[in-house]
Amino acid sequence: MIRTLPQSGLYKIAFRFYVVLFYIFLFAPLIITCLLAFNDSSFPALPWKGFSLDWFLANGPDRVGLFHDRSNLSSIVVSAQTAFWVSLFSVVVGTMGAFLFEQEDFPGKQGLYFLALTPLVIPGVILGISILLTANSLGIYFEDNFGLDVPFLRPSFWLVVLGQFSFITTFVLLVVSARLKKFDRSLEEAALNLGASRFEVIRYITLPFLRPALIGSGAVAFLMSFENFNTTLFLVGSETTLPINLYLQVRDGSTPIINAVSFLLIVSTSTIALINLLLSNRKS
Amino acid sequence: MKNPVLEIEHLRKIFGNFVAVDSLSFDVEEGSFFSILGPSGCGKTTLLRMIAGFLSPSDGVLRIRGKEMNSVPPNRRPVNLVFQNLALFPMMNVRDNIAFGLKRQKLDKKTITFKVDSILERVHLQGYGSKQVAQLSGGQKQRIAIARSLVLEPSLLLLDEPLGALDLKLREQMKIELKKLQSEVGTTFMYITHDQSEALVMSDTVAVMNKGRFEQIDTPRELYSNPATSFVAGFVGETNILPVKVISNNPLKVATLFGLELAGVTAGETTKAKELDLYIRPESIMLDPDAGLQDINKFSLHIQNILFDGSNTKVLATIDKSDTEITVALPQSSQFAHIKKGSVVSAGVHADHCRCYARG
Amino acid sequence: MKNYFRLGLLIFLTPVLLWLVLLIVIPHIELLLMSLKGTDDYGNPAWTFSHYATFFNEKIYWYTFVRTAVYALATTFLTFLVTFPVAFYITKIVSKKFTGFLTILLLMPFWVSELVRVYGWMILLRESGVINHILISLGIINTPIEMLYNDVTMMMGLVYTSMLFMAVPLISSLEGMDDSLIEAAHDLGASPPTIFFKIIIPYASHGITSGAIVVFMLALGNYLTPTLMGGKNSLWFTEQIYNEFIASFNWNQGAAFGFLLLLLSSFIIWAGLKLTRQELGRALS
Ligand SMILES: Nc1ncnc2c1ncn2[C@@H]1O[C@H](COP(=O)(O)OP(=O)(O)O)[C@@H](O)[C@H]1O
Ligand SMILES: [Mg+2]
Repeated sequence: MIRTLPQSGLYKIAFRFYVVLFYIFLFAPLIITCLLAFNDSSFPALPWKGFSLDWFLANGPDRVGLFHDRSNLSSIVVSAQTAFWVSLFSVVVGTMGAFLFEQEDFPGKQGLYFLALTPLVIPGVILGISILLTANSLGIYFEDNFGLDVPFLRPSFWLVVLGQFSFITTFVLLVVSARLKKFDRSLEEAALNLGASRFEVIRYITLPFLRPALIGSGAVAFLMSFENFNTTLFLVGSETTLPINLYLQVRDGSTPIINAVSFLLIVSTSTIALINLLLSNRKS
Repeated sequence: MKNPVLEIEHLRKIFGNFVAVDSLSFDVEEGSFFSILGPSGCGKTTLLRMIAGFLSPSDGVLRIRGKEMNSVPPNRRPVNLVFQNLALFPMMNVRDNIAFGLKRQKLDKKTITFKVDSILERVHLQGYGSKQVAQLSGGQKQRIAIARSLVLEPSLLLLDEPLGALDLKLREQMKIELKKLQSEVGTTFMYITHDQSEALVMSDTVAVMNKGRFEQIDTPRELYSNPATSFVAGFVGETNILPVKVISNNPLKVATLFGLELAGVTAGETTKAKELDLYIRPESIMLDPDAGLQDINKFSLHIQNILFDGSNTKVLATIDKSDTEITVALPQSSQFAHIKKGSVVSAGVHADHCRCYARG
Repeated sequence: MKNYFRLGLLIFLTPVLLWLVLLIVIPHIELLLMSLKGTDDYGNPAWTFSHYATFFNEKIYWYTFVRTAVYALATTFLTFLVTFPVAFYITKIVSKKFTGFLTILLLMPFWVSELVRVYGWMILLRESGVINHILISLGIINTPIEMLYNDVTMMMGLVYTSMLFMAVPLISSLEGMDDSLIEAAHDLGASPPTIFFKIIIPYASHGITSGAIVVFMLALGNYLTPTLMGGKNSLWFTEQIYNEFIASFNWNQGAAFGFLLLLLSSFIIWAGLKLTRQELGRALS
């Protein structure tokens, strides 16, 4: 049944066959997507017409490659900016939350902790529409009462940042809390005892200890934000993020330029993920 | 006391409705080695954490060098603590660990380097500055933890069972080293332990603690030979305890349950109770006493077993014809070489060494 | 000393409260309020249940709602069936050397945007897609078949998208299981099915619950996969919400739908936790 117990030949072969199929199933769409980014064809489909970098480099008139495609390039920049701010805010607030729930005591702590976990089980679409509704109502309120026009209360870059922040923070909170649980509180007391202020204790003792978790959760927050679709869909303004932009293109027909973007995404996210994994493996 | 560095008045700590530290008052003299000895759970750590500022007292006053400390946060108190688990910072090397407190005082680099080097030399670890904490042995970690606190030249160094994690051999060696270190640097040490031998060997003064209270504060010698309460008599050093009935007072005469009559002295709180507990130390019992000795209680011992332990060898023996068993020290000299399992020997104990305490 | 520590509490509490109150609590109250706002017979603003009434009166709405719930549950179950053997193989059967490698390999595709993954399936499965091309070149079929835009494909896409969130908790709970438990059961004469149902499944139940909650929630709230892979008449409830918001611009109706979806997901997660006697905090960590 397991590796230490005797297993029949059929059991082993059937199991291995299933797992191989599973991994093919897992990778087939990604590999095909990447391959077709280099097909010298106007459609992301077979037959193979030869290797070409057109979908990256071409600059008209028949084909426009990714690196000359304004709309895709700018959506990549928007996504990167969004992901930067989201991961920054969520790491800061998520870490504060971890300190709050792991190290402080106050009435209503259990309830607040429960509330802090809920964003993970609220469908992203719902988060998106409720934040949209609230921002909109606030906007109307400001306009009616003060004659103020607050641009970021309409679907916009910062509204997207807020929407993604609202649930990615929970993720950071969980990761940092898990690490903080392993922290020996007597190290903090020792530092206090040696004359450090509460701030210095956090700066020199606790944060260095949390560093792997902060970097790890920051990287994951970046990726989660970079590829978020559901929440963003309702909050996005004129500056579209990459997933939204890709969605619009896929919905309205497709060119291999989508494959080119996908290829870059696959390569770069795999690289970040691998580096992250290697770093965390080396630490532990 | 001429020059107390620490003064404590009516200090109490209550957790819920459990009294962990009960109305303690005592002073610690400048430059002394002061130990608190007591069983696990008697409130030692709680007391220490109040002094260090990690717990606020439920009641009472705490002064260091005459300055009230109750409202001073832990990082501003002139006391340093060596933690039970040492709490060395794993993300820093030895030098940074020791320099941590100095850096918080914003001293300049040169002074810090100088101070760290000289304290490393003090604890015989010169050249270990760039080692990582994980590379050190148990005894070295111990010394680094102490150096890290000592380098700040605290008014008072608190040590919470610092030898607890070491193995026996190392513990014996560290006891001597700590004592030497303390007399060299002259810092006041307040040392907590549940190990009586650590307390007796190192301290100038020992406070014996039980259930949140001090039973006796005294020199190790007085504590051993003149325990003020039955708890101290039982906790410090080995002892035999026999239930007895009072036959007459002035001078005290008691009888054991099996009818042996003994002359003794009362100790501890005075009581009119008719039933007492008699405490006799194993080494107070003389084997083959000279016939000419006055004022001693005599009886015979039936040797049941010999517990050989070098200079600390003892016998288990029953008294007279009873089955009451006591422990008696057996000096390793040729004079007693004839004593074997099964032998019957005469024995005696001086009335002053038969200390009778109220039961309970 | 009290104040000294209270300051720290305040510093940590303030941002967390701002986050939860401004971005979670108030928006969801607003969602509820919006769903109850409408106009009376004279066209003046008024409180009303009419949006909920619409939901129950129009067959298409509650049909989509029930369909979405059932399909999301089915997705959860299928995802478990598909991933469990792999998690078991990785943790208990394959030589320990490969465990780490196979796990990392399993995680890799999920770092890539869901959109890219769905797109990959589209160019594989559609009428002019890669699979049809291969089948025709091999002479297995003569005319291409449309494999996209039906419920089966959509389910497959949902399972594919959710596998990671089932696999990770399964792997970590099976990894924590001592092999000697299985060996002991085997030694005591238990048959493999007995071992499976009496030892392994109960041990992994914590991982299964965590995985199931997340998978269910993601399937229920999914928008991309149903719109891009499902057929024209395989409506998903999130599409109804989107239509109300973006196409019809009927935000009050959309809010009512959103609130119903929130109720549904909370209820099913609550029921799942009750059935397996777990708490949200433990299930998520
Ligand atoms: N924070 C606390 N809350 C409740 N009880 C405590 C707390 N800290 C210590 N105690 C209790 O106080 C008693 C004394 O503890 P402690 O000072 O640690 O003993 P010692 O160090 O002498 O072994 C113990 O019975 C312990 O259970
Ligand atoms: Mg203790």
